[in-house]
Amino acid sequence: MSSIAQKKGFGATIWDFMTTVDHKKIAILYLISGGFFFLVGGIEAMLIRIQLAKAGNDFLSAGTYNEIITMHGTTMIFLAAMPILLAFMNAIMPLQIGARDVAFPFLNSLGFWLFFFGGIFLNLSWFMGGAPDAGWTNYASLALASEGKGIDFYSLGLTISGFGTLIAGINFLVTIINMRAPGMTYMRMPLFTWTTFVASALILLAFPPLTVGLFFMVFDRMFDSNFFAVEMGGNTIIWEHLFWIFGHPEVYILILPAFGIFSEIFAIFSRKRLFGYTALVFATILIGFYGFMVWAHHMFTVGLGPTANAVFALATMIIAVPTGIKIFNWLLTIWGGNISFTVPMIYAVAFIPSFVAGGVTGVMQAIAPLDYQLHDSYFIVAHFHYVIVGGVVLAILAGTHLYWPKMFGTMLSEKLGKWTFWFFFIGFHLTFFIQHFLGLMGMPRRVYTFGADQGWDLFNAISSAGAVLMAIGIIILLVNVVMTTIKNERVGNDPWGDGRTLEWAIPSPPPFYNFAQTPLVRGLDTFWIEKMEGNKKGMIFAEPLGDIHMPNNSFIPFVISLGMFIASFGALYFLDDDKPWALPVLIIGLLITFGSMLVRSLKDDLGFHITKAELLEDAKGGKTDGH
Amino acid sequence: MDINQKYTPQSWPDHPETATMEGKNKFIGFWLLLAAETVTFASLFATYLALKDKGPSGMEFSAAGLFELPLVFAMTMILLTSSLTSVYAMYHMKNHNFKAMQAWLGITVLLGATFLGLEIYEFNHYVHLGFGFTNSAFSSAFYVLVGTHGAHVLFGLSWFIALMLRNAKRGLNMYNAPKFYLASLYWHFIDVVWVFIFTVVYLMGVIG
Amino acid sequence: MMKGIKKWRLFALMTTLLVFLAGCGREEISTLIPAGEVAQDQFNLLILSSIVMLFVIIVVSIIFVLAIVKFRRSKMGEDMIPEQVEGSARLEFLWTAVPIVLLLVLAVPTVYSTFDLADVSTMDVQAEDGTSTHLTVNVTAALYWWEFEYPEQGIVTAQELVVPTDERVYFNLISADIKHSFWIPSVGGKLDVNPENVNTFYLTFDQQSSELEDGVFYGKCAELCGPSHALMDFKVKSVDREEFDQWVTAMQEEEPAAVEGDLAQQGEELFGADGLACISCHATSGAGGTGGVGPNLATFGDRNRVAGYLEHNEESLKNWIEDPQEYKPGNLMPEAASLNDGEALSDQELDALAAYLMGLSVEE
Ligand code: HEM
Ligand SMILES: [Cu+2]
Ligand SMILES: [Cu+2]
Repeated sequence: MSSIAQKKGFGATIWDFMTTVDHKKIAILYLISGGFFFLVGGIEAMLIRIQLAKAGNDFLSAGTYNEIITMHGTTMIFLAAMPILLAFMNAIMPLQIGARDVAFPFLNSLGFWLFFFGGIFLNLSWFMGGAPDAGWTNYASLALASEGKGIDFYSLGLTISGFGTLIAGINFLVTIINMRAPGMTYMRMPLFTWTTFVASALILLAFPPLTVGLFFMVFDRMFDSNFFAVEMGGNTIIWEHLFWIFGHPEVYILILPAFGIFSEIFAIFSRKRLFGYTALVFATILIGFYGFMVWAHHMFTVGLGPTANAVFALATMIIAVPTGIKIFNWLLTIWGGNISFTVPMIYAVAFIPSFVAGGVTGVMQAIAPLDYQLHDSYFIVAHFHYVIVGGVVLAILAGTHLYWPKMFGTMLSEKLGKWTFWFFFIGFHLTFFIQHFLGLMGMPRRVYTFGADQGWDLFNAISSAGAVLMAIGIIILLVNVVMTTIKNERVGNDPWGDGRTLEWAIPSPPPFYNFAQTPLVRGLDTFWIEKMEGNKKGMIFAEPLGDIHMPNNSFIPFVISLGMFIASFGALYFLDDDKPWALPVLIIGLLITFGSMLVRSLKDDLGFHITKAELLEDAKGGKTDGH
Repeated sequence: MDINQKYTPQSWPDHPETATMEGKNKFIGFWLLLAAETVTFASLFATYLALKDKGPSGMEFSAAGLFELPLVFAMTMILLTSSLTSVYAMYHMKNHNFKAMQAWLGITVLLGATFLGLEIYEFNHYVHLGFGFTNSAFSSAFYVLVGTHGAHVLFGLSWFIALMLRNAKRGLNMYNAPKFYLASLYWHFIDVVWVFIFTVVYLMGVIG
Repeated sequence: MMKGIKKWRLFALMTTLLVFLAGCGREEISTLIPAGEVAQDQFNLLILSSIVMLFVIIVVSIIFVLAIVKFRRSKMGEDMIPEQVEGSARLEFLWTAVPIVLLLVLAVPTVYSTFDLADVSTMDVQAEDGTSTHLTVNVTAALYWWEFEYPEQGIVTAQELVVPTDERVYFNLISADIKHSFWIPSVGGKLDVNPENVNTFYLTFDQQSSELEDGVFYGKCAELCGPSHALMDFKVKSVDREEFDQWVTAMQEEEPAAVEGDLAQQGEELFGADGLACISCHATSGAGGTGGVGPNLATFGDRNRVAGYLEHNEESLKNWIEDPQEYKPGNLMPEAASLNDGEALSDQELDALAAYLMGLSVEE
């Protein structure tokens, strides 16, 4: 944590984080909670692999197993991968475009707290009568038949956290559109900013269908509506469409920022400008665009008919083209560069073959008739783990090492980092490569056990062994984090030595106003340009030093989200006759939420100014806190 | 931006809603939000079309038999008019004429409330016919689509009222001008959605 | 040192081989050992796409390895600043165009095959005498079992599908409750079994299942459908047309063969309406109707498994009857005691039921 925070008491620090609207602190909140959920999801993964380590295992019961796979998938996608990426977007993107904060600092905080309370709510299902058990895809007929409250936890939890994500998406879009420093044209934006931009646009357009589907689910299960009730004229395929119209863009919401992180890493550690920057940008946009037109490739076996299947098969194949363009441009970026194999770079380099393997199986699945065999088999499990772990998770690990100094002012140990890498990387391929073959050998997905007579024993055992290696890798990473924090060796502006973009031109961590003077951007990789021209300051400025306007901290986002959290419990139980307290709880929760929204809109909040004198003081080494 | 700065119609900018950084951010952010809302309604429309007239075997209700155009046509006219009155309000906002703006907003609110009242009457009428929320897939899809729109109307009304009350004493400034502007933008959006509902649900429903 | 490397190489070779050998799986269930025209088409697509994709992987790998070997900082020098290349339009064109060509290679057979495999137009073609020329089976999936109705033949069976070889067999799939998916990996890809609509496709069985080690092909439910999804297996017997016709005739026999032996007769009584009333859910005649609450047991003695996946012997059968929840959590069959006024069945009663059920057979 920042040195400012350490000087405060513990309680004051907590309060500071609960009320902060500073994008860098919100980034830390996202990182910590995303990291926490990543560990939870990881433990669930280990339980799955223990259960499947041998044929006929009875480590987990059938029902529990289904809960665990559902929560594993849901947690990893919604509560781990996406929030951690949001952490990096928050921490880095405003710095990359030379902004003092995001467009809506208040909403930024609100987005985080909604995500956080939604995630907690979902996970509380474990302790309150059982977790959801219809898979992360939550197909409607099974979800409606599911007993207990698990599915309602899923619907309500994801609705809340989904609002949070939507808010974050809008916020980033506006930030990038409006808050770029002078000279930072669109075609000078670092690639991580570009991918943040496109991923945010995908969030904006993909989350509403999911929300609508979740609402239908809530209505059907709790208020006896009939969207999916077949005997009442309902149709469960509607859920599948809504889910995948969200679900496919969702995978690009995850992978595009990962591409962005890797793009930064390739350029930094090859000491070379990104090859084909323009092509990379357009490939990103194209991928985002196509991402909305291929959802039915998850539904080839539903029986939509040959015309639909053929059209969606072709559309899906086309996506491989911009993806390929990216891969080759990265290769040509390191080609002719001067590669330093730091931990982030090792991850980036390892990402290429891993992701290509996942991409090619994606194209194979796009061949609809072949997918009739592959769909819902372990082949699919292998595919999406190759793209998500081999792409997104490697990016998260790489990004953690790369941006740790910028976020916390200290460097993670390179030595331990390499240990983590090797354990994780080998474990990953061991776990998932072999699953392609399990699928081809006829093993369906989402089975809690398998008979010994089907020839799947050996490969499952190997797969489980790999998972252990991954777990060891992650444990080493945790050790690394703790040791680094204890050592607390502070680093300078550009700890990797070869930073190219604006975030490396300012202190690590940056002051809370980021830039005392707004920089003037003179080209792509602006910090690199200044460095090469011998500019010791690393920037030239677009304005003289003057007062800076900053937003006030606010406790309201926390309260709004808390209200929703409370109301959800009321909603969950208010149809149960034996729980008369549920209705009051629902009402109180909603009152808290709407009440605090009202307070927010009625009470003027104009922020405050940091004076020029304070900034000068700060530049001399003293730290202003601004409060 | 100084909230206490006093403006005259002469010093008031042409586009007060985007004259400040905050205003610009809100302006773009709100359009993006409307994009998300559009996708939301698109999903609801698609679902409605898929489930139109679908119910348990022997269901007695169908769009052609149920909906009656005169009432809905009146509602449409009322809401369209309210959109127009909100345009007048914004015209006066841009001319820094606070009183006139408040007056036109007041009329807008009245028209919106009438619309909402008629909608409640309409729903009530259907429920009495036996076409309740849980009657069939058709009824669920109908109520959720039209009801979501109704909820938006309610929210829009509350927003207008809150803004009018909060700023009644202090008049227009650079801080609240974008807020008025966005509320009226929202109101137009609701109006456009209703035009689609009128066409897709009622007109196409009655025609068959 | 050298020796170590050699040993390591040998080890690597051995493991690779092992993986490849085991990599094909069992012929009863592996998509890699196709036993029907549809599976064969799909396998061919797998091979074609694997070759194309291997090409991609090789190209990427070569550039990749060369790049990370040639341009390491230890070789380039600490202070060397590389030329800041912007890009190359020609290269961009190249790696846009070549993948498009590769995709076209895949796209053509994809589209062809998609329509080909969905072509059920010959399904209702009728011969001169009004019977259809092809066999159609109506498949109903229910939590966690499968019913197979042969409408034209007027017979119903469950859990084990019997089909003739070397001809197209058409399937109509519908679910009785929630969504499942019908998959016989070695014979062809899956198709979902939806609650709201009938899905239709065809498969051909090119190999008699008696040639397989286990004597049946394995079928699976491929869509998560609840706790026992993993156990929702069925088996497929493919026999030549002649044998199939015999089987149909035997199934059409309205009156089941008389039960032989005292024990079995006692079992029959227990099974009947005056006993435990198992018959209220399970039919015992293949000529019966569809829509039973539980699977039709007319061919129980001929089956390969109990409950779709347990070994076919009296031991598993008795275990199953005593406590179905233990073997398929969440399934809809009540435990025996609840049918017997709360009292557990005696060993003797279980033996009787087992003897009776094992005797239900239409094969010689
Ligand atoms: C070349 C690019 C890609 C292509 C052509 C592709 C194609 C496909 C296809 C056709 C399926 C459906 C398989 C089935 O269920 O039958 C699928 C599943 C999936 N893909 Fe991809 N994919 C690509 C990249 C990605 C990326 C980048 C991600 C995530 C970062 C991803 C994540 C997933 C996931 C999560 C599923 C399975 C969802 C589920 O059933 O739970 N894919 N992919
Ligand atoms: Cu997809
Ligand atoms: Cu299943």
